[in-house]
Amino acid sequence: MLVDKNKLEATAERMAGMDTVKGRSLWADARTRFMRNKAAVISLFVLMLVILFAFTGQFFAAWSNEEIDWAILGQVRELGYPSFETGHYFGADELGRDLYARVVQGSRISLMVGVVGTFIAVFVGTLYGAIAGYMGGRVDQIMMRIVDVLMAIPYMFVLILMLVVFGRSIFMLFVGIGLLSWLDMSRIVRGQTLSIKNKEFVEAAQATGVPTFRIIVRHIIPNLLGIVAIYASLIVPGMIMAESFISFLGLGVQEPDTSWGALISEGAKTMSYGTLWQLAFPLAFFVVTLFSLYFIGDGLRDALDPKDR
Amino acid sequence: MLNYVIKRVALAIPTLLILIVISFLLMHAAPGGPFTSEKPLPPQVMANIAAKYGLDQPLWKQMVNYIWGILTHFDFGPSFKYKDRTVNDIIAQGFPITLTYGFYSFVVAIVTGMALGIAAAVKQNTWIDYFAVGISIGAQVLPNFVMAPILVLIFTLWLNWLPGGGWNGGQWQYLVMPVIALSTSYMASIARITRSSMLEVLNTNYIRTAKAKGLPWSKVIIRHALKPSLLPVISYLGPAFVGLITGSVVIDMYFSTGGMGYFFVNSATNRDYSVMMGITILVGTLTVLFNLIVDLLYAWIDPKIRY
Repeated sequence: MLVDKNKLEATAERMAGMDTVKGRSLWADARTRFMRNKAAVISLFVLMLVILFAFTGQFFAAWSNEEIDWAILGQVRELGYPSFETGHYFGADELGRDLYARVVQGSRISLMVGVVGTFIAVFVGTLYGAIAGYMGGRVDQIMMRIVDVLMAIPYMFVLILMLVVFGRSIFMLFVGIGLLSWLDMSRIVRGQTLSIKNKEFVEAAQATGVPTFRIIVRHIIPNLLGIVAIYASLIVPGMIMAESFISFLGLGVQEPDTSWGALISEGAKTMSYGTLWQLAFPLAFFVVTLFSLYFIGDGLRDALDPKDR
Repeated sequence: MLNYVIKRVALAIPTLLILIVISFLLMHAAPGGPFTSEKPLPPQVMANIAAKYGLDQPLWKQMVNYIWGILTHFDFGPSFKYKDRTVNDIIAQGFPITLTYGFYSFVVAIVTGMALGIAAAVKQNTWIDYFAVGISIGAQVLPNFVMAPILVLIFTLWLNWLPGGGWNGGQWQYLVMPVIALSTSYMASIARITRSSMLEVLNTNYIRTAKAKGLPWSKVIIRHALKPSLLPVISYLGPAFVGLITGSVVIDMYFSTGGMGYFFVNSATNRDYSVMMGITILVGTLTVLFNLIVDLLYAWIDPKIRY
């Protein structure tokens, strides 16, 4: 077999350049796998656009979210349609407010609920699950029974009860949604902890006398991050949906604040007047975002946990 | 088996008690009593009202009385807003409606979801599979509160086929949209779960054996593959039930079907705590009972499951 001399030389040259082989970490591996998943990458791009829209969209708005366009008030159906001339890119709502500005505002709140709720769920769930799993025995039994009991409670009803009792505010919504959604996370984390805690490095830490809590935080939790990342990305859409559900019922965010759920609800109420854009734009943002979040979650799962397919 | 049943029942009781205690304490943490109004009542009148509703007793005694009332004669107490109604009246009015369309939605979700999932798995990588997967991915981002307005837009405003709301004794025209709106996302989940578990089962050795010994393909699916692939679906029924009963709130509000969700949201805006609490506890009880049944069913079908 003839050896292509040019190719050989090129290879040799390339090899000479790589005097140190760069190791590939778990995360670098996962990144390459994630990048190979087209649906996930496109979704990530779309999600970036939505986030960009939510946080910088107000700079391009012709109207603020509080201003009322008196010129079209009362004739929203005839004059409030989406148009670049009037500056209402997405049209106006029945109070003459600019829907574009409202959607920007609503997207911001919906996305923030997703992030903050997930953050609380991750924080509480990881710590709780890691402690239960690492301690084992009776502590584990009691802690997981508590999770079982809480899981059986229809949490949307309790959440609404909480919101009514403590007053409706975005803060309460964040806390409520976060606090009621760490349960799944804690179960998953506990399971993973059980398989980690008998590894040699944990034994080594125990042998050198590292305090228990420190072992959990420094040795157990970093090794859980992969699975935590996967499930965190999978619960973000759930958070956004929960918030939208409550706001759709009119029990969540309050005027002048808004969210996708509240906007969809407004649009649904007014669609019989023919102002369809009030439903279409918030709905489109909601559906597109959830879609991309699901695909990103799937991509992350495939990337970080390749054996589980 | 008996041991397992006892264990599961023993777990269900504290669950319910905790739910009752949480909602009771939440209700009492609310600022202002149920009878504080803009015009302050004379203190004597307040004292009388408090005595009538038992609000002058210590908290633990109120709680014990409340739980006792529910346990002995299923009494959730009076409504704080409507003087002529008890929580029981409200439940009796709304619950049958919720139960009716909830039941249909549950059946529709399970039947269509499983049919779609099985078809997709059996005909993997054909257009049926792609169609089913496409539907189940799409339907996942269409929760009830998104489906409801879309359905009304299409079937009421554009096509004018179905009434946009109301109940009318549960005639089928009034049932179609609530049932579709409520069941779609659960149908999607059930289809996805069925498909993946069916695919897994179809790759096992005993299915290969069944095929090799010359059984007709339909018999392989029905006799050998169906039952084991149902297990994940059964364990999903619990969460699906919770989802349906939560979603019924949206259905009741959007379609004005007059079920329990309507009263729940109404009492939430009126701060009618006793109604909210009664409905929450009733829903919680149903959930716990249903989960219990699902778990027992699971243990009965799959003898390997033991806790």
